This record gives sequence, structure tokens and C-alpha cells, in this order.
Amino acid sequence: MQIIESSTMYDVIIVGSGAGGGMATKVLSEAGLKVAVVEAGPFFDPKDPKQQTQFKWPYESPRRGANTVRDFGEFDMALGGWNIEGEPYTQKNGSKFNWFRSRMLGGRTNHWGRISLRFSERDFKHKDVDGLGDNWPIGYEDVRPYYDKVDKLIGVFGSKEGLINEPDGFFLPAPKPRLHELYYMDGAKKSGVPVIPARMSMVTKKVNKDRGVCVYCGQCARACQYYADFSSGSCLIFPAQNNGGQIDLFVNSMVREVTTNDEGKATGVLYINKEDRKEYRLKGKVVVMAASACSSARILLNSKSEQHPAGLGNSSGLIGKYLHDSTGASRGGFIPSMMDRKMYNEDGVGGMHVYSPWWLDNKKLDFPRGYHIEVWGGMGMPNYGFGFNPNNFNEYFGEKVGGYGNSLRSDVKKYYGATLGFGGRGESIAQESNYCEIDPNTVDEFGIPVLRFNYQWTDYERNQAKHMQQTFEEIIHNMGGKVLGDTPTLEQDYGLNKPGEIIHEVGTTRMGDNPKTSVVNQYEQMHDVDNVFIVDAGPFVSQADKNPTWTILALAWRTSDYIVEQFKKQNI
Amino acid sequence: MDRRKSIKSIILGGVAGGLALNGCKPGTDSDAVVPEEAAVDEKYFGRTPEEKEQIAKLNAEQFFNEHQMETLGVLCALILPANEKYGSATDVGVPDFIEFMAKDIPAYQTELKGGLMWLDHKSNKDYSVEFKKATPEQQKVILDGIAFPDEKEPTYEQNFFSLVRNLTVTGYYTSKEGIEDLGYKGNTPNVWDGVPQDVLDKHGKSYPKEWMPKFVDQSKRNVMAEWDDDMNLIT
Repeated sequence: MQIIESSTMYDVIIVGSGAGGGMATKVLSEAGLKVAVVEAGPFFDPKDPKQQTQFKWPYESPRRGANTVRDFGEFDMALGGWNIEGEPYTQKNGSKFNWFRSRMLGGRTNHWGRISLRFSERDFKHKDVDGLGDNWPIGYEDVRPYYDKVDKLIGVFGSKEGLINEPDGFFLPAPKPRLHELYYMDGAKKSGVPVIPARMSMVTKKVNKDRGVCVYCGQCARACQYYADFSSGSCLIFPAQNNGGQIDLFVNSMVREVTTNDEGKATGVLYINKEDRKEYRLKGKVVVMAASACSSARILLNSKSEQHPAGLGNSSGLIGKYLHDSTGASRGGFIPSMMDRKMYNEDGVGGMHVYSPWWLDNKKLDFPRGYHIEVWGGMGMPNYGFGFNPNNFNEYFGEKVGGYGNSLRSDVKKYYGATLGFGGRGESIAQESNYCEIDPNTVDEFGIPVLRFNYQWTDYERNQAKHMQQTFEEIIHNMGGKVLGDTPTLEQDYGLNKPGEIIHEVGTTRMGDNPKTSVVNQYEQMHDVDNVFIVDAGPFVSQADKNPTWTILALAWRTSDYIVEQFKKQNI
Repeated sequence: MDRRKSIKSIILGGVAGGLALNGCKPGTDSDAVVPEEAAVDEKYFGRTPEEKEQIAKLNAEQFFNEHQMETLGVLCALILPANEKYGSATDVGVPDFIEFMAKDIPAYQTELKGGLMWLDHKSNKDYSVEFKKATPEQQKVILDGIAFPDEKEPTYEQNFFSLVRNLTVTGYYTSKEGIEDLGYKGNTPNVWDGVPQDVLDKHGKSYPKEWMPKFVDQSKRNVMAEWDDDMNLIT
């Protein structure tokens, strides 16, 4: 089969359109560069009525929102999921890594939690504190100006708190806590756990003329037709197009490899058009990888040549290594004093209005890194699963569980909005022994070799999860509540999520000054190939107990500025 | 300015070589990205073509036969009967919802069919009549035997009943009438400005004084945000 070649020479080809790819698209196109964005999924715009799920009612779906097809429920705006038909991935040594992929313009930014936290100086240099993992080659002051710019461009609500490990930003004002969050604030206080307003990228106040202000429907995971939350399409790619950027979007286009010349420099990408299933070639002076930590690693590892026998830019052998995800564990509680609630609309923003940043000193604990606590609860919209076991809480009052008839109606109403829960999201230590690699025996339906995962948690993460469980139980008791379910045991990893499940996978192309121990330099430029950059979470040296997106955005902006500078200096 | 009128870039459905989909060419103004007046697809609520196809396929199949659907209708109405204000679960279409779920989640199928069969068997044995034709009193006697599951080791019949009750309650409260019955007030654009005072009072809660300046002043939500150099919001 012949490869179909485009005659256009792009300044930059960007592979992927999520947070990192979107930011690169905006900054590079606005600098006047001619940009191609290659996205494996379809076009998506939250404003498109045909694609919208915002404000849909459960009864508009025959399965009432069940997650049979979309993993986070029928109305979630992530096309793709844990498993994509025809695009498998495999496991090694009993690993159970779960990999979430969104195939659509904007990628996973269309449904994510919008928790937007800055890394602190300690997060960049944590090895100095406990001797574990590695330091980043950059520190907070290098990234701070870009965090500031991201705050102002995209908008993030929060509050100035002056906490050294939770750097403040240019915040929009925070929404008031809901009832279950006020309960949480009191319960956490009794255990000495601090609570502050959440920091999330929904626009609670006008940030620019093109985007609306939050309408408090709680449905950010469905993508916002008012563009009042951050997603890569609505906040970066569409505005860049509006500003007259020369941007060609290639959708349903699956990049197979980065092409190179005799000197080992990148010349473009080879992709498969999913519609006609033919191979195409795009030419570019620079290639920016933004396909997600694991997808970018896969493409680079599959880009083998005489000059790059182990995969593009992989002389260190470290592409795919140091893969790590946030830790996660969760727990729920039933709060009897919240029964028989008065009904009012408390949808609020999608997700939490308050949270708890890490508050303890790990020197006094049996695990080295911290976690933050996320809170959920409230009188949410019923969906599939609502009313299952409608009166199980009767057991707390010595009443019969089960039955039928009109009493079920009063049971459902009595307990509606009386449960809440917590998710702990923590930092794990990046290890060389946790990795993804190319499976030599398996290809996807496009004939592209797939990833194989090797990932094991250690006692550090298990002990951290155990601590989460103890904290959650204590706080639920403080609220006069009943903890739901039994305490997870050591055999159950104390309820620790499987790796990958928190969808914060990072580290596969890590950053460093030494080409032998890292894949990219501090500008996310490959040590071996100076015209290839990586702006997803692959370059993260460590994850921190923070969600990665705000740092992906800040670094992608910093890298894009560097690329523009290189063009100006004619270094590229 | 309308984004769609000013766009200079294009979407290429994977096709290189200057052949643009949507009938637009590179470098020309185009409003072809998203049809502004695209009809709201009421029926498919944001489905992809593949998802639509899959729903149509399930709808074309019939899992329960007529007798089973009638039995399910009687059972759902016993689980959630009509009251003075709202119809029964059967009145709001729960049996059709269960029919769909049985196809959508095949793991339910044997338990549902087998359970319905058991209801007739039990009714035939005790009252010499199929379940759906038994008197409400007889039906309730049968249900009383399976509606309160053993905590440690629930029986097969109890599991069947629990499954149907779960599907019935969830089907009812995700219906238009059920949501109204529940009193859920959301899923609509609004402005959240905190828990109502009477609710705060009832629960003995209040917003801490030192938190008040952190909260959004909803009267200024449409005023453009500006900050001083020290990260203080000044608008």
C-alpha cells in the first residue's frame, strides 16, 4: 500500500489535542507558525447540539445513564474508555494497569475533574526531603510565571491561603460550600485536617468575552456548552483558530510513528486515516508529542530507525520507564442528621467546593509522600443505580431491610442526600521497574504494535492507602456518621486503586539534565532529537499529591515559548 | 465575533493533500466547522453513530415474551404502586426499561427469566393460578416470602426479587414522573449562592466569617476578573 504524502511543510506537527496539545496549538499558532494538529478521535465541540449531553435527563437514555457503553456513565463526555475495541493493551508479571483513553478533539479535558493545583518547590525537589525518586531539573520559580499566565488565560477558582506547599494563584472567587461540605468542614476540624476552598478551573466570574460564566449545573464531566469550564477545545484550540492561527486539524487520524531522516532528525509523522484506513505522511520541521504519557511513549518506541534502533530518542532506554499514577482510595459514609432533607437545587460546580490539601509530616509516618482529600455528596440528579438497595440504612435503626410498596417511596426520600464520601489522591514514588513497553506479540486493528504494562505498587502506597482509610473513618465518625462497608484489609491493598485508575499517569519520558538518566531536557526537548518535544505528562519526574493538568499546561506553554524562540534564532 | 465566521483553519478528516472535508479550502474563511443551527438530536442525546447503532440493535430485539412482560407489569406495580399523586412504576414504563436493561446487561438475563418462572411455579403450586392472575393478597403472600433477604445467605428467589426491586426503583426515579415525585430541583442553569438560611439553621451550620471574603459575589459574576500584582482579585 502506497503512503499518501502531503506537499505542505508544517512548522510544527502536534500529535494529540488534550491539555498539552491544545496549549501548544494556541501558543505556536499565535506566534505565526503553521501548525498541524493530529487527533486520533473525531471532532468535538461542547457547543454542538448533536454531541451534547449537558442538561439531558436520565429518561432520555434507554439505559438511564448506565455505564454499559461509556465507562463513567451514558452522559459522560469521554469517547473511549478503559477498553477500546480494536485497540488492546496487555499486561506483564500479573500487572493490573488500567489505561483510560479519550479519542476526541480535546481528549480527556472534556470530562476531567478540573482540579487545578500548582506543584510547589518541594514537589519539584522532593528527593531533597526524603532521598526518594529524583528531583526535577527545574523548580517552582521556573514554572511560576506560566502558572500565573495559565490562571489568567483559563480561569481557576480558589482562595489565597499562603500555604507553602499549595502555592496560591490568580484565583477567581470560590463557590460557597454545600451542606455536606459544611458537615465535612466540621468533621475534619475535629481531626485536625485542614479544609480550604477547592481550586478548580470553572469560571465563577467572567475571564474573557468568549466564554460564559458557570451556571452551576454540576455537569462539567459532560462538557460545558457555555465554555465555562476548561477543556482544550473550548479554551485553547477554538480561540487559537479565532485569532487567525494557521491550524489544520486532522481528526480520526491515528499517528503510527514519527519519521526521521539520515541524520536522525524528525521529518514529520506517519498516520492512519481511520476512515479510509490508508497511511498518510505529514511533513514538519518540529514534532510536538502530546498524545498522553503512554500514547506518546508508544509512538516513540514504535518509531525505530537505523539512527534510533530502540525507538526515537531512546538512547537512555528510559522511554516508558518511571510510569506512575496517583494513588487513590475512597470511602463513603451515611450521616443520619442529614436525613429528610429539604429539597433545593444544590448541583453547584461539577465536583467539590472544598478539599483538604496534605497536612502531615511524612517523617513521622510509615509512607513517604502525602495525599489530598476530595469530597462528594449532595442531592444529585438520579441516574441508573439511584435507589438500589433503597432502605439498607434501616439496619442502623433496627428496622427491616427490604420489602415493597409505597413505603419504598418514603425510604428513598428519607435517605436522599444523606450520604457523602471521600477520595484520597496521593503521590507514589516513580520507579524504573514500573513501565510500559511495546508488546512484541500484539498489534491493534491498524497493525500498530500495542503497549504492555508492568506495574506493581509497593508498601509505601499501601501504607498511604491504609492511612487514608483511617482518616476517612475518623472524619465520618466525627460527623456522627456510619462508615459504609468494611475496612479494606492488607490483602485488599487497603482499598488502593489499581494503577492507572486515577488517570494521572505520568513519567514515561522524564525530564532531566543528564541524557543517560532522562529522555527530555528542561524544555521538554528530546536529548537525542532536538526537533521533537513532548508536552503531555510524560516528562514529569514525579507526580506530587496534585492533579497533573495545571502543570501540563504551564510546562506546555513554557516549552512552546522555547520552540518559538528556537525558530526565531533559526536553531530549527 | 462569531468564531465560526472567522475561522481560517480547517478540519481535515484525516485526508491530506489539500482536500478538505466540509467543503472548505485552506486559507479561506469558512463556517463549516459546526453547523450553527444543527437540530437538537432529542432521541439520541449526544450519541456517536456507533452508539446509536447499538441502541437501535438492542431495541430491535425482544427479550421477554408477552406473558413475561405482563407478569413484570404486575410485579413492578406491586413494588411501587400508584399513590394519590403519582402513578405506579408500571404506569411510568418501568417494564420496558427492564426489558432494555436485560438486553444491555446480559448478566441479568437468566436471573430475570428464571425468577419470573419461579413466581408462576410458586403461584401455581399454592393457588393453582399464574402469578399475574392471582389475587393481590395471594401475590403479596408470595412476595413477603422473598422481599426481605437473609443478611448472610440470601436465596436465589430473594436475589431475584432484590434485582427487580432495584431496577424498578431506579427505573421509577429516573423517569420524568419519578424525578418530580422525588423533588430533585436541579439540571438547569442557575446561580448557586449557598445553603438556604433555614437549612443552615436546622443543621446548626454556618459559613465561617473568615471564609466570607473568599466566596464569589454573585452580583459581580459578569464583571471581568482583574487582579493586582499580589494575586488579589480587584473586580
